[in-house]
Amino acid sequence: MSAPSAGGASRDGYGSALLKLSSDPRVVVLEADLGKSTKSCLFRAEFPERTVSLGIAEQNMMLVAAGMASSGKIPFASTFAIFTERAFEQVRNGIARPGLPVHICGSHGGIHTGTDGSSAQSIEDLAIYRTIPGLTVITPSDDISAEELTIQLLEHGSASYTRTARNKTPRMYDEESVKELKIGKGSVLRDGDDLAIIACGVMVSEAMEAASTLAGSGIDACVIDMHTIKPLDTELLDDIRMKCGGIVTAEDHSVIGGLGSAVAEYMSSVGGFPVQMVGVEDRFGESGSSSDLMESLGLTRDEIVKRARGLVNSR
Amino acid sequence: MDGDVGHLNLSISELENLSNDCRKHIVRMIHKAGAGHPGGSLSAIDIIVALYGTRLRFDSSNPDWKDRDRFIMSKGHASPAVYSILHEMGFLSETDLSTFRTLGSVCQGHVDMKWTDGVDFSAGSLGMGLSFGLGCAISARMDSSSRETWVMVGDGELQEGQVWEAMMAANFHEVDGLKMIVDRNRIQNDDFVNVQMEIGDVASKISSFGWNVKEINGHDMGEIVDALKWASEQGPAPSAIVAHTTKGKGVSFMEDNPSFHGKAPSDEELSLALEELS
Repeated sequence: MSAPSAGGASRDGYGSALLKLSSDPRVVVLEADLGKSTKSCLFRAEFPERTVSLGIAEQNMMLVAAGMASSGKIPFASTFAIFTERAFEQVRNGIARPGLPVHICGSHGGIHTGTDGSSAQSIEDLAIYRTIPGLTVITPSDDISAEELTIQLLEHGSASYTRTARNKTPRMYDEESVKELKIGKGSVLRDGDDLAIIACGVMVSEAMEAASTLAGSGIDACVIDMHTIKPLDTELLDDIRMKCGGIVTAEDHSVIGGLGSAVAEYMSSVGGFPVQMVGVEDRFGESGSSSDLMESLGLTRDEIVKRARGLVNSR
Repeated sequence: MDGDVGHLNLSISELENLSNDCRKHIVRMIHKAGAGHPGGSLSAIDIIVALYGTRLRFDSSNPDWKDRDRFIMSKGHASPAVYSILHEMGFLSETDLSTFRTLGSVCQGHVDMKWTDGVDFSAGSLGMGLSFGLGCAISARMDSSSRETWVMVGDGELQEGQVWEAMMAANFHEVDGLKMIVDRNRIQNDDFVNVQMEIGDVASKISSFGWNVKEINGHDMGEIVDALKWASEQGPAPSAIVAHTTKGKGVSFMEDNPSFHGKAPSDEELSLALEELS
């Protein structure tokens, strides 16, 4: 793996992926006013005839997408993560239940979104979508992996939810390494045997920094970019269970129901394993810069390091 | 083969007879299942029969034919009405009908495209079908296909805001391939619509959203057939038919009776109903 470098926001990767997918005439894009924010505007500018603008009406958008999928299209529908939640039942009953391949993108996910405040900070999207049978749930760590994973959705064949971030994050992949990514397969960014840090989205770069710090004190942590929360890569979790002593999960999401919960659920089903979760404790966010909020809510490399040391010391 | 599929062009008397047969299927299915929604099935069946009998292009031997016209039953609880016509049109067997609402049946409680050949939408949650139909109709236009999309909604269903989101969008995008039929039977789950939350002059509301609108008696077969043809010919705005109907139509004790919105007839009530329909 190459060292992290400066990158864009994962929403930029979504936008560029749509353009790359445009050569397939089945691809259509649906917007609910926020195309400039989700970056579907890039597709719209080039292919207005395959873009459907539905105004600020997310419930309608989800079912229009479903109808188009039933007619042989491959719809990509985006809005803010939080506003997809307004249409949760539409996603559940109108898209996932009949098994229609609609790809939903919720941008501006997590408290990382920043100054807009708690109304815009979805910290429960991964949890709720994870409960829907057959729905794939993805949260990429950087722009380049967001692009790659979105491109892979073309042949995915079933419904998905992808959360992207508003703000820039360090790039975890390069042009070559990103090609190794596969929906449903965790990506090992760093090897280590003492414990595993399993992160997703904007917390992956924090996890890498934490692993460096831990290495300085002789703790050898592997780092996983678990970009796909569902289906969860249980094969990789089995490997970790065999070689590591514990897991720290890290996500810009409530500790209830997200990546940490998914990992803990699996680990308890195979006999139990020490899991510590770094995430938003049961509370709403607030206005503030991305970095101030992450600091204030404990979504930091330092918190990961603290939890990791706690795990190692308790053994 | 696909290009050869045309309209059935049944006569008014053939349609009326077919409706009567469907009504018998409806009450039998619900009686056997011990659950279901007779009222809204009986109010809708004349329109559904006219649709299949004169307008929809479909092929029961090739249910997934891409250019078939779509029928989106948004008021999915009236599934027995759909299953009865699908049986008459060759999609479902009599045995299929008899398994309604039982484990593993292709006749699910609410119509479901995943379970039933000939069903184009998974309904059950009100307010979603018109949006789905809009997606189908936009796709048809993108494909330069003449296939039409017909959506049936209930009047109580119009209380759902999403229906109006869809109406606004359909007009904005001038989706003339989208046709909506409102089954205005004036009764919803708990009581009469005007008791629960009156929705007022439905036709003028829809018209104010830019749609072409026609009001008809939803049990007069001649009027229905003419209105369906009318809706087919309109454009560039989408078109709606507000069909004034009677909940439970055809079975005297179910007519205009809110208690038969979602209740199965007893053995005795089934006999009475079949007697009236014979």
